[in-house]
Amino acid sequence: MSLRIVVAVKYVPDATGDRHFAEDLTTDRDAVDGLLSELDEYAVEQALQIAEEADDAEITVLTVGPEDAKDALRKALSMGADQAVHVEDDALHGTDALGTSLVLAKAIEHTGYDLVVCGMASTDGTMGVLPAMLAERLGVPQVTLLSEVKVEDGKVTGRRDGDAASEQLEAQLPAVVSVTDQSGEARYPSFKGIMAAKKKKVESLDLSDLGIEEDEVGLAGAWTKVDSAAERPARTAGTIVTDEGEGGKQLAAFLAEQKFI
Amino acid sequence: MSGSALPSFDPSDPLGLDELLSDEDLAVRDTVRRWAADRVLPRIAEWYERGELPGIRELARELGALGALGMSLTGYGCAGASAVQYGLACLELEAADSGIRSLVSVQGSLAMYAIHRFGSEEQKQEWLPRMAAGEVIGCFGLTEPDHGSDPAGMTTYAKRDGTDWVLTGRKMWITNGSVAGVAVVWARTDDGIRGFVVPTDAPGFSAPEIRHKWSLRASVTSELVMDDVRLPADAVLPEVTGLRGPLSCLSHARYGIVWGSMGAARSCFEAALDYAKSREQFGRPIGAFQLTQAKLADMAVELHKGILLAHHLGRRMDAGRLRPEQVSFGKLNNVREAIEICRTARTILGANGISLEYPVMRHATNLESVLTYEGTVEMHQLVLGKALTSLDAFR
Repeated sequence: MSLRIVVAVKYVPDATGDRHFAEDLTTDRDAVDGLLSELDEYAVEQALQIAEEADDAEITVLTVGPEDAKDALRKALSMGADQAVHVEDDALHGTDALGTSLVLAKAIEHTGYDLVVCGMASTDGTMGVLPAMLAERLGVPQVTLLSEVKVEDGKVTGRRDGDAASEQLEAQLPAVVSVTDQSGEARYPSFKGIMAAKKKKVESLDLSDLGIEEDEVGLAGAWTKVDSAAERPARTAGTIVTDEGEGGKQLAAFLAEQKFI
Repeated sequence: MSGSALPSFDPSDPLGLDELLSDEDLAVRDTVRRWAADRVLPRIAEWYERGELPGIRELARELGALGALGMSLTGYGCAGASAVQYGLACLELEAADSGIRSLVSVQGSLAMYAIHRFGSEEQKQEWLPRMAAGEVIGCFGLTEPDHGSDPAGMTTYAKRDGTDWVLTGRKMWITNGSVAGVAVVWARTDDGIRGFVVPTDAPGFSAPEIRHKWSLRASVTSELVMDDVRLPADAVLPEVTGLRGPLSCLSHARYGIVWGSMGAARSCFEAALDYAKSREQFGRPIGAFQLTQAKLADMAVELHKGILLAHHLGRRMDAGRLRPEQVSFGKLNNVREAIEICRTARTILGANGISLEYPVMRHATNLESVLTYEGTVEMHQLVLGKALTSLDAFR
């Protein structure tokens, strides 16, 4: 039977643009172009590599987001994913990570899966909690933050590189994994892939399709709330170290303090 | 109409030309732009200074994986993209460096196009899939040491010997020559000018690299030397006799240059705009001075007019309605304006304008070649002059 891989991806504001919050302290999506979160490109890449190794595999790329989030799906389809699922509903506006994990879990169950692949975090919220929440919601093992991942004999294995040690991990499928930006450069969409993407199926779902009540999601249903947001102040002048014989040590101490060394 | 409904002004797209592009067009452009930013821009200044393109085979394979080689051709592993998409790719590649765009132009529009359009089925099967993948690099030999704008005077000669052909002569200024696995060579025969598909390992064929260039330094330029190169009967391109063959290939390549030159211009404009806003003299950014603003405004006007022209020609090509005179129109205007934009950018950057730390001088010197190759400015003026007056001034 075909290995069913679902890649959960996020459509995020372009970090090179001028990003702001809207009045309700959610992301202002009108002010800046969006794109497929760069960290999710690694997830798509690993899914593609797993699929290429498998005899028979099908990759569904899934996102929860506004109309324009289709761009993120299209990018993943251009890279080589087979089909896409887009959950879009006005009631989703302002949904937090917990609510998003509910919607994703329902959509993944709707699609059917053996393996869910996520990026390590989004490039906008950067919480990095979704893979774990998703595994809990689905009731399956989670193997997160992998820098190497493989699927063999009904198991997913991978390497997680920590500060002090590298762990070799394994879980039975079905499972949720997340991959880091060390897992391997994401491929560029080929022109053939770009042309083929427009013919691939994108299924649109709303909350009622997934049996989710409106009050479970959205700003009102969120368990976390943004009270206030302020622009980060402009950078202040750096620290100047004057070398009076101890300059080298002071620089080393600074670097150690900042965890660069 | 209410003012609030107007889209905001985008300094990188002041005319809103992106709205002419489809989602696929934008995706193609973004892919090439990103590839160039990742793979070319970090190293191009070093390559340029050394006068080498050390990773050319790897770059060719990567461009092949993208689908950029012979991208507007169909079948045989080619991407089958539109002319507009091909143009967008040329623009993005040349915004990195004209040498990289030249690699792609010669591979796709000259060598592959010639085989695709005039080759036998066997020739297409043998060469095109590997060329599309970037596994085999191609070159195109038309210009000779003594015959540039007037290729009809070529002296390279292919003599029949039984069923074989024996090829003798020299070609000059051949992009990709020394790294090519296959050369499409045009030669005089007793029956007129014919094209030959020449494997570069054929005995008697050599391609020494031309050094000491002060333009297109990140590009392989070569001489082709053919000394009694014996080729089988099926080496000839069967579907064309006469200069119409190479000239139609050149027309296709020139079309890419119409777009590409605007890439070099865009890169210089962006460098100049950025510099003008940050460089301070007399207590304020030089971009606040009227003379600088006049330069920037004129550069932007010519840049985006040129892109609009390129787009128009692209649509005509996609509709099968693009005439060679219209390509001449585009090449004449866009390369001439591009080099002017680069030179103006150089003045805005002051002394920094000559440094390889900025792209400006590199683009400006590259465009000196682009101004001449694939039809000089003067030849395109003559082509247009003849089309306008019905009077032939050069033959």
